[in-house]
Amino acid sequence: MIRRIVAAVALPVVLIALWWLLTANSTSYFWPPLADILKVLPDTWFGERARTDIAPSIARLLIGYLCALVIGVAAGVAIGISPVLRALTEPSLEFFRAIPPPVLVPVIALFAGYTGSLSKVITIALGCLWPILLNTVEGVRGVDEVLLDTARSYRLPRHSVILPAAGPQIAAGARQALSIAVILMVISELFGASNGIGASVVQFQRSFAVPQMWTGIIVLGLLGVLLSLIFRVAEHRALAWYRGWRDAERASR
Amino acid sequence: MSVLEVAGLAKTYQRNRKPLEAIRELTFTVDAGQLVCVVGPSGAGKTTLLRCIAGLLEPTSGEVRLNGEKVTGPPRGMAVVFQEYGRSLFPWMTVRQNVERPLIEKRLSKPDRRAAVDEALSAVGLLDSHDAHPWQLSGGMQQRVAIARAIAYQPSVLVMDEPFAAVDAQTRAELEDLVRSIWQRLNVTIVFVTHDIDEAVYLGQRVLVLSNRPTVVLEDVTVDLPAERDQISTRSHARFAELRAHVYRLVQQAKKGLRETSPTL
Repeated sequence: MIRRIVAAVALPVVLIALWWLLTANSTSYFWPPLADILKVLPDTWFGERARTDIAPSIARLLIGYLCALVIGVAAGVAIGISPVLRALTEPSLEFFRAIPPPVLVPVIALFAGYTGSLSKVITIALGCLWPILLNTVEGVRGVDEVLLDTARSYRLPRHSVILPAAGPQIAAGARQALSIAVILMVISELFGASNGIGASVVQFQRSFAVPQMWTGIIVLGLLGVLLSLIFRVAEHRALAWYRGWRDAERASR
Repeated sequence: MSVLEVAGLAKTYQRNRKPLEAIRELTFTVDAGQLVCVVGPSGAGKTTLLRCIAGLLEPTSGEVRLNGEKVTGPPRGMAVVFQEYGRSLFPWMTVRQNVERPLIEKRLSKPDRRAAVDEALSAVGLLDSHDAHPWQLSGGMQQRVAIARAIAYQPSVLVMDEPFAAVDAQTRAELEDLVRSIWQRLNVTIVFVTHDIDEAVYLGQRVLVLSNRPTVVLEDVTVDLPAERDQISTRSHARFAELRAHVYRLVQQAKKGLRETSPTL
């Protein structure tokens, strides 16, 4: 346990130390010493800005992500179950997935407004939808026939077996989608927003508040790590059976 | 009184636009409380028959009746134990939850469910493992869980599809005796599909021998062995050897394409 923690923390510590040492005597305006950056970090973010910028960003991210999760899983189960629906939708889904989501930002802004939250939420939801949807479809298609027959013969509702059985694959899609959500949150705010972490970074850059700009990067990084940590804890608990089952399968081969 | 009636059952699959006749005509009945084994050469449509009985597959013609009612989908009064126990148990549930899940659907009250699950698990000797997940158990124990799930459901007919084909010989003998003892104690009706002739004669009161594809019933063999059976004395019984030889001969003939017999035994 301790070894694992040390192993996980070792590289970040080295990188931070490097950053610290390499910028320690920096006189470059654009590369301020890390010490200076850290000095302004708490004042920049944990005062008023926590409420006016961090909170809206996180809210957009979560709402968009959850919308994608609900729609993606529901549509994915429907498509995965029905061969007809699959034949009809699969080519189009491949096309939509191939569109890089950031390109949607200006398009969506046209319809849903440049500065409001709505266009951000839609962008995040649309970008997150595809990995969740496609993974759900795959997961549902891959559910064991015998398991489905068992459910049928005991007259259990089909979804009561399909959802948990496809759970690991759905979780894989949800994990991919989470990092996409963070990226899209920032991009949509860089493009046009009156508040949010991304908008603040742009604002700092334009007003030559360079150390503050750097703190924005750090806050975003920390937010990403925190979200993925929360996700992993939740996944770890919900899919404990899957790890055990997989290990047992491997051992029996 | 017959619980299960199979009348004029036929099934033709469409494979690549070519008809493939799996079952030509099967007619038989199973009385309440009987233990009937179904054997036949491999590829004799045993699984097709079982899936039609279980309402998982629609016959091309003919019908299956359970307690007089035509089977059009999985009927309420039937439980199936599949060969692939590892794929039939829900891996995200514990042993207890697996056995309990169909009872929730049956709208049994919580105390009733608890009692039924405890009884079924002790009948298969797994009460101590109720908190484990199926994949933590050996193959034989997993199949016991599937059997417990089926008997807790209290079906009028319990259908078993080559349930012991994937376990080792010793476990197999134990599970055979378990099926016999459960059948005697709980008075359930069992249709037991197997490719193992010894197993069919050892377990059944009757052995239905199926022909090659397209399948018909070759012979309905009555197993007139004493009701108390055990692995050593029953299997060394002279009558067991005779019946076994008879069924064996039938299956061999079925493989060669024999489709009708006159009762000889």
